[in-house]
Amino acid sequence: GNWARLAAQQQLTQDDLIGGGGSGNVTLVHITDIHAQTQPLYFREPEFNLGVGEMTGLPPHIVGADFRAMYGIEQGSAMDYALTYDDFVSLANAYGRMGGVDRIATVVNAIKADRPEALVLDGGDTWHGSLPALRTEGMDMVQIMNALGVDAMTSHWEFTLGSARVNELIENHVNPAFLGANIFDAEWDEPVFDDYRMYERGGTNIAVIGQAFPYLPIANPSWMFPEYSFGLRRERIAEVVQQVRAQGAEVVVLLSHNGFDVDRKFAEDIPGIDVILTGHTHDALPEPVQVGNTFLIASGSHGKFVSRIDLDVRDGAMQGIEHRLIPIFSDVITPDPEMAALVAETRAPFEAEMSEVIGQAGSLLYRRGNFNGTWDDVICNALISQRDAQIALSPGFRWGATVVPGQNITREDIFNATAMSYPAAYRSEMTGEFLKLIMEDVADNIFNPDPYYQQGGDMVRVGGMGYRIDPAAEAGNRVTNMTLLETGEPITPDQTYVVAGWASVNEGTEGPPIWDVVENHIRELGTVNIEPNNSVDVVAG
Amino acid sequence: MADNVTPRVRVPREASAGDVVSIRTLISHPMESGQRRDGDGNVIPRSIINRFTCDFNGENVIDVTIEPAVSTNPYFQFSAVVNETGTFNFTWYDDDGSVYEETADITVA
Amino acid sequence: GVGAAAAITLLPSVATAQDVDAAINAFTGGADTSPDGITLIAPEIAENGNTVPIEVDAPGAEAIILLAAGNPSPDVATFNFGPAAGAQAASTRIRLAGEQDVIAIARMPDGTFLRAQQEVKVTIGGCGG
Ligand SMILES: [Mn+2]
Ligand SMILES: [Mn+2]
Repeated sequence: GNWARLAAQQQLTQDDLIGGGGSGNVTLVHITDIHAQTQPLYFREPEFNLGVGEMTGLPPHIVGADFRAMYGIEQGSAMDYALTYDDFVSLANAYGRMGGVDRIATVVNAIKADRPEALVLDGGDTWHGSLPALRTEGMDMVQIMNALGVDAMTSHWEFTLGSARVNELIENHVNPAFLGANIFDAEWDEPVFDDYRMYERGGTNIAVIGQAFPYLPIANPSWMFPEYSFGLRRERIAEVVQQVRAQGAEVVVLLSHNGFDVDRKFAEDIPGIDVILTGHTHDALPEPVQVGNTFLIASGSHGKFVSRIDLDVRDGAMQGIEHRLIPIFSDVITPDPEMAALVAETRAPFEAEMSEVIGQAGSLLYRRGNFNGTWDDVICNALISQRDAQIALSPGFRWGATVVPGQNITREDIFNATAMSYPAAYRSEMTGEFLKLIMEDVADNIFNPDPYYQQGGDMVRVGGMGYRIDPAAEAGNRVTNMTLLETGEPITPDQTYVVAGWASVNEGTEGPPIWDVVENHIRELGTVNIEPNNSVDVVAG
Repeated sequence: MADNVTPRVRVPREASAGDVVSIRTLISHPMESGQRRDGDGNVIPRSIINRFTCDFNGENVIDVTIEPAVSTNPYFQFSAVVNETGTFNFTWYDDDGSVYEETADITVA
Repeated sequence: GVGAAAAITLLPSVATAQDVDAAINAFTGGADTSPDGITLIAPEIAENGNTVPIEVDAPGAEAIILLAAGNPSPDVATFNFGPAAGAQAASTRIRLAGEQDVIAIARMPDGTFLRAQQEVKVTIGGCGG
């Protein structure tokens, strides 16, 4: 209750969270994967974050008690609440919401007061994921990130606004350098955007190289940005690293949207990168991960954290690094009034629409982890009931705010879990053989032992069908025991099933937008209670 | 015969003697593989660009044998060494007997 | 998100291992190949199976053959380098009928052969962080 909350929060102060001055002579501020979340929110970290192959058991593939043990975090502490999943509801009650760009502005301003030349870097997935960002086609977030003083950014979901919109925003509105050394013109195979930006800070030359999400045309609809090709392009990145070194860069920073495991392998395969600011996989780690001479930073998602990185650069090389993962406890950090006013202005046209109460949360609604979260179950149930389907498929997105039990579910909450530019909830027939093909294909994009063959994201969420999965098995043999839950019968290859889903990457997909489907479903339920989902059986070996 | 077959090339206009220059070429062409069927189930006959060559002042740079597995609008990127001012000649050979040509001049200082 | 059923086209039969061996032997005459001195750059996951960028580089080679082991026919292209070539390297875009190995073999002036290969995945797509 309130008493526990007060007691917990009294232990925290803004100054302690932000920390004092750092060491070194170059300061970086990293924010990533905000997904257009301008408001303080709840966001439960994963219970399942399986690593495969060489990555098994390595950060960020540790959760819960193992995570606390690795980083010396006390159970029930503020950092436990911020970084792990267990006991989430009571800790959420005690510590309150996290994030809010007005609080982030306070933190950035405090760091800049200490280090006026700090570079503020945004890892992408910024212009997407909320109702205002959808309605303004990213303009609200562009204004907000300009006001925050972001120096450079890279991208992923930005491109789902369509390449014409991205270009229009960059040309006319975006202040940060829009970096993507791996974005090429699909026709002539030439770089399209700036590969890097060189900064001189206090006599030190810093190169920031941008790496956009490599698998955009596969994970998202390529018809929205047909003139661009992405890809890992590690040979190209290695060349750019050499190029900036030749131009006198004393520190090389990769502002990346590769995902953590891919970046870990980049650090092994590409010499000369000092710091990789990771993104896409939404991991938050309280310490850098060192791979050779490269340090990887993971700054979480949804505005929950800001990373401050202080580098000691002397004699033309990085000699030391200090990292502070600053948790944005929204009740402890005072909002910056100017940013609060700007955010209110961007939200004003949509306030009435967003605040309408659709239903109540009877149980915790979250979406983060390798398999179905409870928000996914709500969406799958909505697809089955509203689209009259036997089976529902929902993408393994890692974004979407958590709703705690007892909270009203507003239209804004529904959009926080669904807002995107290809929302059609399709209804189609698929054979059992094709369903198995989909399950295996997606499983290999997540559990392939070689990170270069992984796309990030999580397993497709399934309603109406159970299955057994062995992530360590060979491609094509991971998924077994597929069962139609309404009958308990096995899925058979030749039989046809009615399947509803959303977020198809195919052009011309038809159906009502997913937020309407979910809203109608929640209205019918009134109170949403999700029972534990035992329909996915995860086995090892 | 394939319609609207348009060759395009990108070659630097200037270079120094002995430079290695990067050359990119594209030709719009459907590259019908001979492995597809039309709506009536009949095989659509193969019709591709089957050879591409580039010469500089009469000396060969590259000569490519092309199979149906090369994508629509065949693209090639390669490099040439230039020792004097001259002309690149590019030639594409179509299954139907058509020959498409393009040239590009380079000034070598 | 996972694509609806329209994403999949059924493909004609693929090359057998014998077809691939025959295509290799036609170029090498059955000689052994060495993995050093040749680079093949291909994406791990194809953005679009109809147009997959491939780069081959074998300094000093006379010719490089490119094969796709899982296509209906394995032959893709042969690059013959002339005296005015600036490097024995070339890039093109190819069609891949599903996940498979792309193979490059270079013939050197001394009659030896070099070989590189890489698996390219062609996926239905969807989803993400
Ligand atoms: Mn992402
Ligand atoms: Mn993200």
